[in-house]
Amino acid sequence: MSETIKISNDYDVTRLKAGDEVEFSGVIYTARDAAHKRMTEAADRGEPLPFEIKGAAIYYAGPTPAREGEIIGSCGPTTSARMDDYTPRMLDLGLKIMIGKGKRSNAVTESIKKHKAVYLIAVGGVAALIKSRITACEEVAYPDLGCEAIRRLTVDRLPLLVAIDSRGCSILKA
Amino acid sequence: MYKCSEITEKLARGIDASLKRVDCRVVDLLRTACAEETNRRAVWALDQILENDEIAERTDSYPCQDTGVAMLFVTVGTEARFDGDLAAALEGGVRRGYAQARKSIAHPLTRINTQDNTPAVIYYDAVSGDGLKVTFLAKGAGSENMGGVRMLTPSKGRQGIIDAVVNIVGEAGANPCPPILLGVGIGGTMDKACVLSKRALLRPCGEPHPDPLVASLEADILSAVNALGIGAQGLGGNHTALACAAEIFPTHIGMLPVAVTVQCHSVRHTEIDFSR
Repeated sequence: MSETIKISNDYDVTRLKAGDEVEFSGVIYTARDAAHKRMTEAADRGEPLPFEIKGAAIYYAGPTPAREGEIIGSCGPTTSARMDDYTPRMLDLGLKIMIGKGKRSNAVTESIKKHKAVYLIAVGGVAALIKSRITACEEVAYPDLGCEAIRRLTVDRLPLLVAIDSRGCSILKA
Repeated sequence: MYKCSEITEKLARGIDASLKRVDCRVVDLLRTACAEETNRRAVWALDQILENDEIAERTDSYPCQDTGVAMLFVTVGTEARFDGDLAAALEGGVRRGYAQARKSIAHPLTRINTQDNTPAVIYYDAVSGDGLKVTFLAKGAGSENMGGVRMLTPSKGRQGIIDAVVNIVGEAGANPCPPILLGVGIGGTMDKACVLSKRALLRPCGEPHPDPLVASLEADILSAVNALGIGAQGLGGNHTALACAAEIFPTHIGMLPVAVTVQCHSVRHTEIDFSR
């Protein structure tokens, strides 16, 4: 990780290797436990998901409420492993980039490999720093879920590491 | 006579302020860890954590979006008198203290959010006198999910305790947002050990136990955990844990309960003495 790789939504993620330091600028959708459950149920019923998941980036996060004059509150990553049961399904539907923190299951790693996707990690507990890199926020689905609603974020230079690359290589200790 | 409205007000202010600031002792431990660390990826993470905690303080923002379960450790004198319901006053303080924070409390079965971050988890200790002291700890899910309890046999002894903690931290890996702080409860019953592991975290971070027998165990647990090489955010290096605090309590001749509370680096707590 000698050089920071600048990436965006259209970047070919198969070029990334586990351990690469990246800065992501572009659009990401927040979704955590409850939103994943609803999206999976929607997919089971054959309904469309609230956003185009093909090629999308999902950020596992639930921010604090925005204060007056701010677009969003503090917004760090949550533990990705809690989404593991839903993730292979999301990848089958075309999800390309996942951003969170911590380990993933073997099933998720295999699915990442199969779909040539990528799992990036942000530093857990740097919610104020990440908030300062968010330039736009729009609620797109499930407003009744509060902090767990799906939000479309535009981010500028989000500092991330490639934790599991498209070949299934991981830098996290098992 | 304590006025319940004043308890609510003072507790709310204390919670609001402490949720926006990482314990300065922990920031010092993080700074030392960052200066000592040789693993580049770990330094990448530690640098961001230090920058984050500085941004949070400067902008009066929450350092972590997980503002946690509100835990209250209440020490109340048996002669203390109140003009209303103490429990309701404390819940009111939590509700108001979390007005701008994230509402993270849900029904365990329906998962419906209570929308005001109550109820708090409250422990009461009755003591002599008429004092009232409340220690607030914001406990985030990422680290709390990684805690554990082991009912050891007495034959396992000191080394068994160290091995149990190492095992729990090893399983947790990157999930609890290392570098972590460890609260270890030893003795009592299963539930008592768990509460002791929380109380251990209420001591000034990094300060050894006054009993040298316990202090040396804390030091050995810390070394053993850091030898795991999990490191900051699970990226490797020598700083998996910043500190280990243990509390003990006499136990049954046939028991050796060991409980571990894992605390992330975003340590937010405060102590409020209402008798002043």
